Amino acid sequence: MSSPFQKQETKMVPVPSHSIVPERDVDKAPILECRHLGIDFGGLHAVSDLNLAIGRTEIAGLIGPNGAGKTTVFNLLTKVYQPTRGTILLDGMDTAGKTTVQINKMGIARTFQNIRLFSNLSVEDNVKIGLHNQEVYSTASGILRLPSFWKKEKEAHERALELLSIFDMQDMADMKAGSLPYGAQRRLEIVRALATNPSLLLLDEPAAGMNPSETAELMENIVKIRDTFQIAILLIEHDMNLVMNICEGICVLNFGQVIAKGTAAEIQANPAVIEAYLGKKKEG
Amino acid sequence: MKKLNFKSSLDNWLTYAGVIIAFVVLQLLASAGGMSSALKGQLVPVCAYIVMALSLNLTVGVLGELSLGHAGFMSVGAFSGAVTAAALASAVPSAGLRLMIAMIVGAVFAALAGVLIGVPVLRLNGDYLAIVTLAFGEIIKSIVTNLYIGVDANGLHISFLKNTLQMEGGKMIMNGPMGVPANTKIATFLAGFILIMITLVIIFNLVKSRSGRAIMALRDNRIAAESVGINVTKYKLMAFVISAALAGAAGSLFGLSQNTIVATKFDFNTSILVLVFVVLGGLGRMWGSIIAAAALTILPELLREFSEYRMLIYAIVLILVMLATNNPTIKGFFAKIFKRKGAEE
Ligand SMILES: Nc1ncnc2c1ncn2[C@@H]1O[C@H](COP(=O)(O)OP(=O)(O)O)[C@@H](O)[C@H]1O
Ligand SMILES: [Mg+2]
Repeated sequence: MSSPFQKQETKMVPVPSHSIVPERDVDKAPILECRHLGIDFGGLHAVSDLNLAIGRTEIAGLIGPNGAGKTTVFNLLTKVYQPTRGTILLDGMDTAGKTTVQINKMGIARTFQNIRLFSNLSVEDNVKIGLHNQEVYSTASGILRLPSFWKKEKEAHERALELLSIFDMQDMADMKAGSLPYGAQRRLEIVRALATNPSLLLLDEPAAGMNPSETAELMENIVKIRDTFQIAILLIEHDMNLVMNICEGICVLNFGQVIAKGTAAEIQANPAVIEAYLGKKKEG
Repeated sequence: MKKLNFKSSLDNWLTYAGVIIAFVVLQLLASAGGMSSALKGQLVPVCAYIVMALSLNLTVGVLGELSLGHAGFMSVGAFSGAVTAAALASAVPSAGLRLMIAMIVGAVFAALAGVLIGVPVLRLNGDYLAIVTLAFGEIIKSIVTNLYIGVDANGLHISFLKNTLQMEGGKMIMNGPMGVPANTKIATFLAGFILIMITLVIIFNLVKSRSGRAIMALRDNRIAAESVGINVTKYKLMAFVISAALAGAAGSLFGLSQNTIVATKFDFNTSILVLVFVVLGGLGRMWGSIIAAAALTILPELLREFSEYRMLIYAIVLILVMLATNNPTIKGFFAKIFKRKGAEE
């Protein structure tokens, strides 16, 4: 399999919670650790006994058939749902009882499978809303146009354009977010999430609806984002080319349970995975 | 390409300019005697209703929450303002200063009422605000109808349900169901104009700032807003309380332009009327609110002379306002004019 970009050569090593992280991250505590994480919806065990560790600068993949519970894992990590069982440690800190807003301030940012932009606002304003807790001034100085307003707004404007330039979207800054083409909307969601200055970025099917050349570009950019910001990225994706190329560690879910964990090569060789997921894919 | 930010800045400046021009023209007309006294009497109420519509547009158009009791805040402002103005009648001889203090007091009381409603209700996700504000409007009405306030040399006297005030001389300000029977009309057109301008500055500057963007983010997508660390309750409350405070100031202004004010003036119908201004003028579009409020407040007054055709003309104007503010064809027409002037589409 040839990759369109220079892939970092990393050796994967096991860590205590039965996951694997790149060797370069192993001497630091993992950015995220889930222990026996689970949630029930009524009688349905949407996610059960999920153990996962993600290294500081790892790009990890979460894959599995539709309805496997992948998006639910993101919703657990960001406290859209409170877990029924288990613990989530972010940078070694227990996140029990935290709210979505607090989780974002602690360093998790995400995108959504069903795009959730502020669609009546401009592209730039969407990114500036991501900068809400980065460029701070009071409501009063906003209304009275005090010096801190001008200073922080200028910073926010420059920062927003800088972030948009990751995807070469500076020229779209003044467009209405809802009027962007589908692929650009997905990219804008990533930019908005990055604006919150996360240490862990969760991407829910970032390549969905993109054409092959857009996807190839996205792959490069995901790696670029990791390299520039030195953050961890956990992504859900159905595009196996993308997952196998850029994800250092991969976790496969089926019916809410982890059926395999490992490197791309290990996952591709795993019979359980082939049966549950890749096998079906090839038929279809 | 759509230049969103440029277009909204242009809209804002045109709105300021329009209000200033309208004020100057009407003021000249009034002082030159080219205006009937009935119309002159409408100038301040029109300003009050414009501020009502603008402030409700902040809740409905910018925050995206439905309020059905906006007249309740107007009522709080009107009565607290009237009591303040009457109580200060001798202490503050300058009518202009008294009016200003009354409007500030009205705004503060209405803001407090806004906090009282907002804190419990805006925590909940769902359309609870509509039903609670509806109830609030009715509750305010019955509180005011049962309130007796008088002033004498010893200061303010207040009683509830029954008039048990024991005053040495002095005078009644609020007399239960009769409301404020003998108001002093100290509100001026200039004050109304200034209040509109302040309201516009507050709303426009808020919307184009960090907090305003947070408020609009909640409107467009609450879940996404939370995911980027925006405190939902805080910003909902902020928009709602600012909206209530402005309505309180408008109520104060309105009350002090009338000889008498009674609680039933600020009922559900008034709340709906203001909501109609906002919806007709366009959600989130401030100049639309101004035009709709002005046209539909003045009109019934102008039409007195044509009593037979009054409702017919009212309906026609209603339709025209709707067309002028919401119709895509007419909007396209104006857009073309602006494009020719160099505004990029
Ligand atoms: N809020 C919810 N209430 C009830 N069931 C849910 C809820 N969210 C997800 N589910 C169920 O949990 C399972 C996993 O869903 P999801 O995480 O969206 O799957 P995936 O993202 O892997 O396609 C599905 O069966 C789905 O119907
Ligand atoms: Mg999903």
